Amino acid sequence: MDELKRKTHGEPQGEGPRLEAEPLLSELHSQGHGSFVAPALDVPAVRAEDAIPSHLLRKESQGLPELSEPEVVRHFTRLSSMNYHVDKGMYPLGSCTMKYNPKLNEEVASWPGFAGLHPLSPLVGAQGALELMCLLDEALRAVTGMSQFCLHPAAGAHGELAGMMMVAAYHRDKKNEKDTVIIPDSAHGTNPASVNLAGYRVAEVKSGKNGCVSAESLRQVADERTAALMLTNPNTLGLFEEEVLELAEVLHGLDGLMYLDGANLNALLGVAKPADMGFDVVHINLHKTFSTPHGGGGPGSGPLGVNEKLRPFLPVPRVEKEGTRFVLRDHEPKSIGRIHSFYGNFAVMVKAYAYILSLGGEGLEAVSRESTLNANYLKALLAPHFELPYDRPCMHEFVLSGSRQKEAGVRTLDVAKRLLDYGFHAPTVYFPLIVDEALMIEPTETETKRELDRFAEAMQAIAEEARKTPEVVKLAPVATPVGRLDEGKAARELRLKW
Amino acid sequence: MTSYVGRSEAERKEMLHAIGVGSMEDLLDPVPAALRAKARIELPGAMSELDVRRRLRELSLRNIDPDGVSCFAGAGVYDHFVPAAVRHLLSRSEFSTCYTPYQAEVSQGTLQAIFEFQSLMCAVTGMDVCNASMYDCATAVAEAALLAVSATGERRILVSACLNPHYVDVLKTYCTPTNIEMVEIPEDAGVTDLAELESALGLGAACFIHQQPNFFGVVEETSGIGRLLSSSKALLVSCVDPISLSLLEPPSTYGADIVVGEGQGLGNAMSFGGPLLGFFAARKDYVRKLPGRIVGLTSDVRGRRGFVLTLQTREQHIRREKATSNICTNQALVALAATVHVSLLGEEGMREVAEQCLSRSHFAAECLSQLKGFSLKYDRPFFKEFLLECPVSAEALVEALFDEGILGGVPLSRFSGRAELLLVAVTEKRTRKEIECFVDATRRASERLPRA
Repeated sequence: MDELKRKTHGEPQGEGPRLEAEPLLSELHSQGHGSFVAPALDVPAVRAEDAIPSHLLRKESQGLPELSEPEVVRHFTRLSSMNYHVDKGMYPLGSCTMKYNPKLNEEVASWPGFAGLHPLSPLVGAQGALELMCLLDEALRAVTGMSQFCLHPAAGAHGELAGMMMVAAYHRDKKNEKDTVIIPDSAHGTNPASVNLAGYRVAEVKSGKNGCVSAESLRQVADERTAALMLTNPNTLGLFEEEVLELAEVLHGLDGLMYLDGANLNALLGVAKPADMGFDVVHINLHKTFSTPHGGGGPGSGPLGVNEKLRPFLPVPRVEKEGTRFVLRDHEPKSIGRIHSFYGNFAVMVKAYAYILSLGGEGLEAVSRESTLNANYLKALLAPHFELPYDRPCMHEFVLSGSRQKEAGVRTLDVAKRLLDYGFHAPTVYFPLIVDEALMIEPTETETKRELDRFAEAMQAIAEEARKTPEVVKLAPVATPVGRLDEGKAARELRLKW
Repeated sequence: MTSYVGRSEAERKEMLHAIGVGSMEDLLDPVPAALRAKARIELPGAMSELDVRRRLRELSLRNIDPDGVSCFAGAGVYDHFVPAAVRHLLSRSEFSTCYTPYQAEVSQGTLQAIFEFQSLMCAVTGMDVCNASMYDCATAVAEAALLAVSATGERRILVSACLNPHYVDVLKTYCTPTNIEMVEIPEDAGVTDLAELESALGLGAACFIHQQPNFFGVVEETSGIGRLLSSSKALLVSCVDPISLSLLEPPSTYGADIVVGEGQGLGNAMSFGGPLLGFFAARKDYVRKLPGRIVGLTSDVRGRRGFVLTLQTREQHIRREKATSNICTNQALVALAATVHVSLLGEEGMREVAEQCLSRSHFAAECLSQLKGFSLKYDRPFFKEFLLECPVSAEALVEALFDEGILGGVPLSRFSGRAELLLVAVTEKRTRKEIECFVDATRRASERLPRA
């Protein structure tokens, strides 16, 4: 522990072990504590039993807890203190792009003109919102080279699903008989899940020794039944798919489509445009590349961009400019239809657009360069201490293996938990599946050299501990609000509510 | 130029040296030169914070100023009151700048809050289990249908014509690629036609999906629906407004198998329709088929209580193409807002809000239906929303009211409905004065506008 103190923060992170867990709302409940006061009723009171047949009314109370406002605020403030978050420190979750979330963006999205707008306001009262959506579409086109974006998908996986539905609609329209989508073995789990929901079978293509998909191996899997190749580029190893243009040629030769999972777009800004790489359809993540906060698991936003080939199939309603007015268009005969109650996570779009304005074209180009610099620098610092299964220049992220530590009985999970003690969030672990004991590290451009150095020191210290005192690593975390949690018990006993 | 990057040229050089490359552009060597050559982003230069604010202010001012407008629009998104403490807690970066709680030991705040959300939504709906959230009600409805298809093996789903048409549209989108057949159960005077439902059930179905109160605001005879479903193997999927459930019987009492709904009204802004909050609750029989994240209670190595993501073998990152859904990121922060909101209001406050919606909407309906040529389309019980038949085009009426600072409802023409129908929602926020202004402005506008 002394070592740890000296090398990192000076003291363990978190609030230290707690004697008592934070009570649940139900445990804090006291009859009569509720302090909410509704405005005085200035219209005649209508009793439920007079307006609605009594057999349709609730007979028993719901049992919702009653707390005073100070009790509620303290409860959630105490809960918040048990979270690790980007404003506190480095959060190197691979493929999640946990970069700094600018505060300006939060503020503008909360302005009444945006936050208070009803989605079915007369269009004359929503012109600013519709224009913002068009401007964001234009900016995303400039970044990716695609022809048009649909901003409705509420998350990356939602974009994937809509994208795959468009692929299916395209082939139906052309009467192509297709039943398979090819996915590399390094792909995100959402890819095969989305493909399945869109009615296709998944075929896997293996990545080669260099971590990339070769045109040769693709040719062995692809045939006339291939609807699309779903590719992440840079892939989940952080490597640029060098043969991407050849892959596109193979697919297009079969009238298959190229789908880009844009989770890793943070490496591509001003570096390579998806349209130029031959992609027909791409989803990107505003909550990754365009800095909107992840919210503990949403709301995100997964805009879907297409080229001319797929444009007719985009979801509705479409936002378009007619003369000087912005309008919504519902009736598009070839569209896959509606995918969201309204137009997606509008507040997230406002934040992303503010970010794009702040950075401008050159600032965006700098993002990819600085994030690539950070990843390669950190890789260089960590390579002596961890196995580097693909020892090649990486883009914005890279993958280590904990295989050396595993020999000493320390698993990647242990390394990840020990990192929490050192005051860092852990990388993505056990993914991609093709790397044994994987640690997938994405530092993002907003980490400073000093922070990267500190992270590398912590990782080095853990590698040393794994050799000398493996039990210390296996017992981690010890400096967190709770110790290691029993996931098996949670799944066996299934207590999902109070 | 800001990229929110803190780096000096000296540091950059040092880092490049450590990597062993000469320049920043050398880092991009893995990318074919042909691609790099075309990659410039043609966008204007960086803007100062002040200029970004000015630009966005211009855009926001081209929208309705909600502070100067009385909102009577609903159809899925409502103008409910949000206490200041909700916004305050949501703005804490401990909640907003973390991600999915993959490392449970440093995510107990998020995890316990989700567990509390699940518990509260179970209490509200009467169901056994609830997930961590869905994108919105529409996608929750679609996922409920997919669950029902998977659970029953039937590929035909029945949908009430009184379900929000946008939800029906999304359902259609989700059903198309896998050829799931959708059958609409017609409406009879504002409610689901039960005779039609009965005969459709006779032909076999995976589920029947209905909305309570339905899209037209009507409180349906759910006991009748429940009875029909109880003798069928089809699942009953109920789509509900959680605020109404402080007064209405919970769907569990009429036999719902899955309960979904829109939780935006619990502590969240309207934000032009997003982010919203879909929730997904079910009987415990279906817990292993639920889409999305679920948090479970457990203990740590020292026996202290803690929370983790559980039943992950349902999910895409483990099961890949065999997952119950492809959902990954959901609406965690929006669910947190709902959790805080319900905690602040409590049982009594939630009931008070529901009662005020009932009283205020009935007052508005009473006043509006006394205007010449206006009437309630359906003489049925309603909760906070009702369908008004107008002597003029509803769209023209809404536009005329808009000039007076009133968002007078949603013309059904926006849902391809008849032009003279207006869907009016009245929440606890609308004062008597606002309602009276609305009624008066409606009277004046209708005298001016051409007859429908």
